[in-house]
Amino acid sequence: MSAPPQKNFRPADMDRKAPNSAKPQTPSGPHSAEDKAGGSVKLVHAVGMHARPAVKLTKLAKRFRSKIAIRVVGAEDWIDAKSVAKVMAMRAPCDSTIEFVATGADARPAVEALQALIASDFSDSEG
Amino acid sequence: MSGNVGIVIVSHSIDVAKGAADMVRQMVGEDVNVAFCGGNSEGGLGTDVTLILKAINSIWSPKGVAIMVDLGGAETNSEMAVEMLPPERRGSIVICNAPIVEGAVMAAAEAAGGGSLEHVRAAAEELSAG
Repeated sequence: MSAPPQKNFRPADMDRKAPNSAKPQTPSGPHSAEDKAGGSVKLVHAVGMHARPAVKLTKLAKRFRSKIAIRVVGAEDWIDAKSVAKVMAMRAPCDSTIEFVATGADARPAVEALQALIASDFSDSEG
Repeated sequence: MSGNVGIVIVSHSIDVAKGAADMVRQMVGEDVNVAFCGGNSEGGLGTDVTLILKAINSIWSPKGVAIMVDLGGAETNSEMAVEMLPPERRGSIVICNAPIVEGAVMAAAEAAGGGSLEHVRAAAEELSAG
């Protein structure tokens, strides 16, 4: 990775900067494909990002090879969308906006799928 | 379903073990095999090596099995059960250092995504790591 260390990047930078440039994450997966995708969606689940939605979100995120970072808009740190413990600890309340940045070959479909899951209020339609 | 790491829940109380397994089943779904056991052979509180061994073997997966335990005896009896497994299985089983309910849900979520035994253990233990 040749990206220079970036301290506090803002949502506007999402499409250009890797989410983990400020904070190292698990070094899993090759960086061959550098596709990036970002997006945000409003959380409509009545109780916010509690245990069950968190499990659904991480299960879906794990289906993609891309690195996926997630946070509540305004939060300082990006977290790994594939870590159920971290996603549960987000404590995103109802009506908050969740944003994603994915890096990897399937970054775009990953972001779209996660947005759809949250927008659908974590419906059971996924496989 | 059976291609994933399996989860065994060992509590001193059969009700706790069953409740934790129910939570996994509801929250994570059917993509992961979960077995549970609890109580001693007289039906009281405690753990029983034979029951643990039975639970492990009931959901054995070539990808391995992660055991979640509650208090001291559950861990030592689980260790004994692991020692009683055939040698070729002993390398594919771990006892997680994690709170039993939360650990089981985290571990199962990781297992349901096809994670390796080491990843499943790490997911469960992430909670204790702070």
